[in-house]
Amino acid sequence: MPNTTTNNTPRFAWRGWVLPTAFIALWFTATQLHWVNTRLIVPPQGVVTTAIHELQQASFYAGVAQSLWRDLSGFAIGALAGVAVGTLIGVSRLADTLIGPTFHTLRQISLFAWLPLLSAILGTGDGAKVIFIAFSAFYPVVLGTLEGVKGVTQAHAEVARVYRFTAWQTLRRLVWPAAAPQILGGLRLGLIYAWLATIGAEFLLVNDGHGIGNIVFKGRSAFNVELILFGLLAIGTVGVVFNRLATLAEARLLHWRAPQRR
Amino acid sequence: MSHAGTIDIQQLHKQYEVKGQPLKVLQDINLSIRPGEFISIVGSSGCGKSTLLRLLIGLESGYSGKLVLDGKPIQGTSLERGIVFQEHRLFPWLNVEQNVALGLLNAPGTQSEKDRSVKEHIALVGLKGFETAFPYQLSGGMSQRVAIARALVNRPEVLLLDEPFGALDALTRTRLQQELQRIWQAEGITAILVTHDVEEAVYLGDRIVVMEPRPGRIKRIVDVSLARPRDRASAEFVAIKDDVLGEFNHEINHATVAERLARSSEPLAA
Repeated sequence: MPNTTTNNTPRFAWRGWVLPTAFIALWFTATQLHWVNTRLIVPPQGVVTTAIHELQQASFYAGVAQSLWRDLSGFAIGALAGVAVGTLIGVSRLADTLIGPTFHTLRQISLFAWLPLLSAILGTGDGAKVIFIAFSAFYPVVLGTLEGVKGVTQAHAEVARVYRFTAWQTLRRLVWPAAAPQILGGLRLGLIYAWLATIGAEFLLVNDGHGIGNIVFKGRSAFNVELILFGLLAIGTVGVVFNRLATLAEARLLHWRAPQRR
Repeated sequence: MSHAGTIDIQQLHKQYEVKGQPLKVLQDINLSIRPGEFISIVGSSGCGKSTLLRLLIGLESGYSGKLVLDGKPIQGTSLERGIVFQEHRLFPWLNVEQNVALGLLNAPGTQSEKDRSVKEHIALVGLKGFETAFPYQLSGGMSQRVAIARALVNRPEVLLLDEPFGALDALTRTRLQQELQRIWQAEGITAILVTHDVEEAVYLGDRIVVMEPRPGRIKRIVDVSLARPRDRASAEFVAIKDDVLGEFNHEINHATVAERLARSSEPLAA
């Protein structure tokens, strides 16, 4: 464990900040010297002012909370279903021949192509949004789980038989732990997809609901570019936090792997 | 400690289907093993020795003849029979303790009894202090010790060993052979060892079953009535080893001649 953490702790990665800093400097200069139409390309300090204002509004936090709630419930449903279906297809040849072809065909359809159908049936409420989010988390989780489950070795399966594991013990003590690296990879991807879908759903299934996507949408209708940009930043920040949490969870759950193999 | 563990093999035949053709892998195997006996099985590859072991552990099925442990026909796997494979086959996500405890997952007994048995068997294979180590932190020899502890932890009547030290370096192998002998004596268990290594077979076996290939059958059974621990350099030990090795020389020459004949006749047949 000590090895793995020292290896993975990054020194302050200042190189990564060069580009954003240069961009903001250019942006600031361009608006300051009126190289651009400042009604379209608003000055960065305007975004900061809007941000400070928004961050003091209870409605902003209510919106973030709404979005997160939709995101996480959709993700939970999609992830559970994804692990279940991925395991089923991976473990059972019958299920593979029954479900496999349908699954692999359906996943060729762009997720956003489902939206009109979903809203026709379920309207534009939370139900439609959560299902859409669940769908988008579902595919990467199935694929990750499938890959992991198929990777369980015959050698380990024989150990399970020798110690007379029941079907449930085989899943819980062999299949899922062995597939954990790929399942977690799928879950991490699913988490990102779910967040993209959350924002997408709030843009495309527009109702009078509240959410972080609605903030951006409101900004657009009011031609408030500062608000749009603040919304983008907020969305990006949540995404980064999710990814960071996923990385930490993975490192913790997969601590049994040899460090050099990461 | 009086263990059961009598194995009776009579007129055992086994064949596979290869491209629709039956392929005999075992032919007329007859062998009776006493409780607590140590049997070594040697033979060149393809002689069916591993198949025989896999039938005994219950990972292979579909044979004709009699395969009986303590009066009951062997069917599928059972906690009465433990096995150590050539590769350690530990679960990399479990530490030493948890890997050994896998052997007890479906065994009767209370949790505290199981914990005690796990502890005892880790000590038995000399890994005290490594309970919480993960497989990636262990050497090949240590991993194989864990596999032995896992196989023995629920006190089976028979321990099957499928070339367990084949992948280890010579020094580690010699050390583990001594350890295995000590453990076998301590547990009073019936042991069946499949190996390529004739010296290993003589060092450990009460009897050595020499098998020959195509189809796999027993060629000869050699008694080893030397006192333990055995001295590998003693004249008697070397004599038995040479005797067993002699069986192979003959077979190699025979096979080479047969193969040459087969090859030279091919163009004619075509």
